[in-house]
Amino acid sequence: MIEVDGISLSYDGTPVLREVALRLPKGGVTAIIGPNGAGKSTLLSIIGRILRADAGRVTLDGMDLAQAPGREVARRLAVLRQDNHTSARLTVRDLVGFGRYPHSRGRLCAEDLAQIDRALEYLGLSDLADRFLDQLSGGQRQRAHIAMILAQDTDYILLDEPLNNLDIRHAVGIMTLIRRAAAELGKTIAVVMHDINIAAACCERIVVMKEGQVIAHDTPAEIMKAEFLSEVYETPIEVVAVKDRLLALY
Amino acid sequence: MSPEARARAITGRFALLGVLAVLAVAGFMLLGLRGNWGFVLSIRTGKLAGLVLVAVAVGSATVVFQTLTSNRILTPSIMGFDALYILLQTVLVFSLGAMQTTALDARAMFLAETAMLLAFGGLLYHWLFGATARSLHLLLLAGIVLGVFFRSISGLLQRIMDPGEFLVLQDRMFASFNTVNHELLALAALIVGAVLVAFWRMRRVLDVLALGREAAIGLGVAHARMVALALGLVTVLVAVSTALVGPISFFGLLVANLAYLMFPTARHAVLVPAASLLGVVALVGGQTILERVLSHDTALSVVVEFIGGIVFILLVMRGGAR
Repeated sequence: MIEVDGISLSYDGTPVLREVALRLPKGGVTAIIGPNGAGKSTLLSIIGRILRADAGRVTLDGMDLAQAPGREVARRLAVLRQDNHTSARLTVRDLVGFGRYPHSRGRLCAEDLAQIDRALEYLGLSDLADRFLDQLSGGQRQRAHIAMILAQDTDYILLDEPLNNLDIRHAVGIMTLIRRAAAELGKTIAVVMHDINIAAACCERIVVMKEGQVIAHDTPAEIMKAEFLSEVYETPIEVVAVKDRLLALY
Repeated sequence: MSPEARARAITGRFALLGVLAVLAVAGFMLLGLRGNWGFVLSIRTGKLAGLVLVAVAVGSATVVFQTLTSNRILTPSIMGFDALYILLQTVLVFSLGAMQTTALDARAMFLAETAMLLAFGGLLYHWLFGATARSLHLLLLAGIVLGVFFRSISGLLQRIMDPGEFLVLQDRMFASFNTVNHELLALAALIVGAVLVAFWRMRRVLDVLALGREAAIGLGVAHARMVALALGLVTVLVAVSTALVGPISFFGLLVANLAYLMFPTARHAVLVPAASLLGVVALVGGQTILERVLSHDTALSVVVEFIGGIVFILLVMRGGAR
């Protein structure tokens, strides 16, 4: 379980996160949605130890993330950030191989190589494995980074807008993959995303953030209410049921 | 490129560089041997050792520095590291006087200056590369301004100091591959060797650091500590090369970018030795051609700076922030 307790952060006196409290139980897929500037990515950065909070703490199965050794955390928690670019001359396989670093410290053994191949296959990258990253399209590069996160083989995975740059086929593919990883491998996955409809269709729970706070954390059926969503996004939104799915229209 | 083809390409290019380096060294030692061979060879050996040390120090320092800063334009020299070293030396000569300075053991002085460079540089670059990521252009600008600032203070002190003392200082400062500082050779070799061993042991961490701060933290690397350590090692290498032959701004940029071009990999186990070897080929080979073939018509540093400067401009124009 990831427990976020009283996390606050301000930039130059402007609060970005205000005493955020959140419990992500083990297992399942949770979507984190909310308008721009709600603090979703910032919260993910704090959980991922990239930013340090002004106050509060985050624990993972009781382990304080700010205190624990980095390598220990990296074997249990993987984070995919929004913009991933590197100047280094890497092939897809090289990049995915870095996912094994917390386990192998760069000395890849047979088990690591198998994990890398599996991750490449999951994301349909086997044919592109030996291409350099700068020879790929944005969507392919995004998939390569997701493959690296998968190769890290952690119980907990945080993804910051993984569907960016992806076409419908690959977006659906990634979401299916995320659900499969949660269902079959028992992974706990939190995904920041903008598409409410995908969130409602693919996730067991939805966390709604606004103005630096978590304002709701519930099942899709409870979140997908026209009045509530209209208020969150300050835009008229209708919710309709189509073939036992709830769709938000805007 | 398949892993096998890549491994072959890397081996092949290392072999090529190795052959070129051996040729350069042989040419440097053996071309135009006249008179007392023993005497000439012993002089040339000292010079050769200096050139090789500088080449290796600058080549590897630049690759690691560029990894730490995640870009391929900045080098320690462009960021004013060696200008700071010169400033420290100028202040020392200025405050102690040339007599005392020359009386001091060159090695002890070198160690003291390196320690000061580490302290000052650490402070400065902690602020520059500190908490938040800053833009490349701001960093470049800050580095260039700082470099000018250090050089100007050095210049001011040099103008108001006694001309005799200035001569002593000048002797130590100007980039010259003809007047390698021989007193420091053994110590310099020891230090460069130790730093290279440290880099080798860090090679896989360096590979991860090249992915950038966020990815490195995500993979469990103690980012701040590792960057500080590697930056310290880079600073020591800059001190060594500056003490041996003086500042050479664009040489590192040249060999590091050649190494990236020639070797299709991001592994430091390949890039650091490659840049070092390229450095040896360029410095020793260049010096051989200038000295033996063109009979001392030009200083090698001028040629290196000229070519390096052009590469620098090309990189900036290509938006080389990548």
